[in-house]
Amino acid sequence: MSDTGIYIHVPFCARKCGYCDFYSGKYSREDSEGYVKAVIRNLESFSSEELSASTVYFGGGTPSLLSSQQLRLIMDSVRSSFQLLPEAEITLEANPSTINDEKLSGMLEAGINRLSLGVQSMNSDELRFLGRSHSPERAEKAVRDAAAAGFGNISCDLMTALPGQTEEKLLCSIDRLSELPLQHISAYILKVEEGTPFFHSGVGEILPDDDSSAQLYLTMVKALEERGFMQYEVSNFARPGFESRHNSRYWKCQDYIGIGPSAHSCHGGKRYAAEADIRSFIASPLQEVYVTDESPCGFEEYSMLRLRLKEGLRLEDVQEHRSDIEKKLPQLMREGYAEFDGETVSLTPKGFLMSNSVIEYLIF
Amino acid sequence: MANDNIRNFCIIAHIDHGKSTLADRILEKTETVAIRDMEDQLLDNMDIERERGITIKARAVRLKYTAKDGKDYIFNLIDTPGHVDFNYEVSRSLAACEGAILVVDASQGIEAQTLANTYLAIEHDLEVVPVVNKIDLPSAEPERVCNEVETVIGIPAMDAPRISAKMGTNIEEVLERIVTDIPAPKGDPEKPLKALIFDSYYDSYKGVIIYVRVKEGTVKVGDNIRLMATGSVFNVVEAGFMDATSLVNNGSLEAGEVGYIAASIKSIGDTQVGDTVTNDERPCDEPLPGYRKVNPMVFSGIYPADGAKYGDLREALEKLQLNDASLSFEPETSIALGFGFRCGFLGLLHMEIIQERLEREYNLDLITTAPSVIYKVTMTNGEVQYIDNPTNYPDPALIQTAEEPMVKASILSPSDYVGNIMELCQDRRGVFKDMKYLDDTRVELHYELPLNEIVYDFFDVLKSRTKGYASFDYEMMGYSPSKLVKLDILLNGEVVDALSFIIHADKAYGRARKIAEKLKENIPRQLFEVPIQAAIGGKIIARETVKAVRKDVLAKCYGGDITRKKKLLEKQKEGKKRMRQLGTVEVPQEAFMSVLKLDS
Repeated sequence: MSDTGIYIHVPFCARKCGYCDFYSGKYSREDSEGYVKAVIRNLESFSSEELSASTVYFGGGTPSLLSSQQLRLIMDSVRSSFQLLPEAEITLEANPSTINDEKLSGMLEAGINRLSLGVQSMNSDELRFLGRSHSPERAEKAVRDAAAAGFGNISCDLMTALPGQTEEKLLCSIDRLSELPLQHISAYILKVEEGTPFFHSGVGEILPDDDSSAQLYLTMVKALEERGFMQYEVSNFARPGFESRHNSRYWKCQDYIGIGPSAHSCHGGKRYAAEADIRSFIASPLQEVYVTDESPCGFEEYSMLRLRLKEGLRLEDVQEHRSDIEKKLPQLMREGYAEFDGETVSLTPKGFLMSNSVIEYLIF
Repeated sequence: MANDNIRNFCIIAHIDHGKSTLADRILEKTETVAIRDMEDQLLDNMDIERERGITIKARAVRLKYTAKDGKDYIFNLIDTPGHVDFNYEVSRSLAACEGAILVVDASQGIEAQTLANTYLAIEHDLEVVPVVNKIDLPSAEPERVCNEVETVIGIPAMDAPRISAKMGTNIEEVLERIVTDIPAPKGDPEKPLKALIFDSYYDSYKGVIIYVRVKEGTVKVGDNIRLMATGSVFNVVEAGFMDATSLVNNGSLEAGEVGYIAASIKSIGDTQVGDTVTNDERPCDEPLPGYRKVNPMVFSGIYPADGAKYGDLREALEKLQLNDASLSFEPETSIALGFGFRCGFLGLLHMEIIQERLEREYNLDLITTAPSVIYKVTMTNGEVQYIDNPTNYPDPALIQTAEEPMVKASILSPSDYVGNIMELCQDRRGVFKDMKYLDDTRVELHYELPLNEIVYDFFDVLKSRTKGYASFDYEMMGYSPSKLVKLDILLNGEVVDALSFIIHADKAYGRARKIAEKLKENIPRQLFEVPIQAAIGGKIIARETVKAVRKDVLAKCYGGDITRKKKLLEKQKEGKKRMRQLGTVEVPQEAFMSVLKLDS
């Protein structure tokens, strides 16, 4: 029996954040019910494949908008269509503003055992700029409540390189976060993506320049590690043993099945994506997908993904490129971009910051 | 046909003084072209010529004119290139004429170029007919300009026709002067054929078309002609003349006439300007005087920006050469730029025109290296080498003397700018010869200048320091010993061959610093720091550093969507193609170009 991860894209939001370019639309009760039915239909279509699932991930959008009842229906379907492993990691992304005790117990009852909270910052000005509806205090309460309710694996998102962000402000957010009962932090450099409200309102113009962003990132990596959150990927940090197993699948070229509008899959030897259209998702018997890659996980892709991880790229796994890579390593190491123990290449924080160029240099 | 009906003439004018407009008016007045067929400035038929307002290749056109004396005349208007680079071609065009119309702008007066060509015309015993153009301008001062022509050139000019070619004013007076002032050609149609080639071009159907002035004898369709310099023999297929838009095959050409010959000639190299055409069975005793092979003066490496376009570049150069025997090229290889060609040009303008035509007409993206002149190097063992590529410059320890080509430069300018001009010439290692006042406000300066000081940007800088008023002309005057050094540019410790050049030792430091700064501006920050150094021999004389980039990352790789990351990789792959990879350094083509124009 082969193992997979399940990604369920919940395409609803109470409102859209200025920086977000994930697919989502306005929440309505009616749509959410049609959506849940469609998710279940799609999950059931895999039952004949006899797959085991070691991770489930509810991403969005705002998955915490789903009711406890809806979550339970979906999870029941996961259990009936897949062999859900007992130690499976089951994550749900949640908006700190929508967390309450009732919600939390509903999630736990549905089987959710990992919570990812979209905190983003612990500075109220920054939160306002990002268009988040919660305050730092509300975020703190959400984390504490979740821990009290029984969540032993909590992640928070944190953003850096925000306009006007100083090292001081960033460290302040990190300090407040690290005092909370959480195990994981996803820390992103803000990027203004085309098509987002930030893009149209010219936020790109006021972002810190690359040198300052780089400095903020390096400060952040250092501060998080000092507080026990060890970097294991370009943007991900965890207390030992709490690395996200679902997200790691992406970086290790392992299989995952994506369900929901715009969800991506790597399954059956292909990469494919579902159409980003909630209407058609609800109406179609099964989601419409298009193939994005006929033969994934070739050398370039494998190396590019692997080098995002702190554990790096084992040359044994790319044997035929070993000598090319080894020739290029000394210069990368001299510049402090990479480390090499004779078998595994891994990037340093400085190297992660330059990972596009470093990876290009190594693999082309 | 009686020779005394024929008038062969050309028009001498400075850029923008109205040569093409006058030519058009003459064509119009003689009804050679119906007015509805007139496109502005018919004679300049290449795009670049029109845009730059200059004539690159000579053409000739036959016109009919009924004069006030009631007789019909045949006019052959020979259009001459107006630039110093094409000096030899100008002199051959002049040799095909008996007269020249000197067009002078009524507000600008005489310019250096005009002066040089007028002297050339006088040397060739041409009758010079001065004409004052642009009298419609409010700033026109025809009296002053006529006076200037008389004092500077020394020909009577007070009764010169005052015209406006643009408005069509007094054009007939010019036509009458052509009849009355310019002598009819001499020559005997019965003598052995002796004709001067003053231009040629390649026609894909007829082969090379040569433009000739028949001095003696007759040439007919079916004759075997011999080109005396090359010795090659061809059978005449067509002989005739050009009207404003097409060739008219007349069957023959006689002494005194100007026209064309088509003889299935495959290579333009056979039809050198200045050569003499004679009859193979009944040749003339000796060729016309003055023939010389044109040698390129300025050299530059031309490389395709995309290495895969090497074949296209060769094809384009071959095609251009079909029409331009003065363009020379041979393959060369650069470590930095890959495969390309070392090209020889008559001068700077010629070089720019070729580059522009390659880019425009053949859609090529080019990287060119700094222009170089030919240095004469005498080695310690007595051997003499001519170096046109800095890469081949010998080890200084083996050089006994190095010499560089010099030019005699003449600059005409309003006297206000004399200080600026002197400063510029001094800065360019010029040796002042003399200065003459042409009138109260205009001066002519003479300098001896090293050619390598004017091949970069001299003319541009001269223009900007004189608000565009100065004009400039030069002629070659041989070699002179000089303290030359080869300056190398190193990126990340490696010499970039395409950026090396030869320079006078006193100027090496200044230029080295400027180049290092320019490169720093034009090499993007990248993964690794890029040290830029300039060196003479092993000695570093300038240094700059392009710092490494600090951030280049897609932070988010989430929800399993890695398509964006893949797209980025593809884009990086593409972008890499536009850069030259020198060791670990990526150099965009702009960086190579930026060092060519340091002062502007």
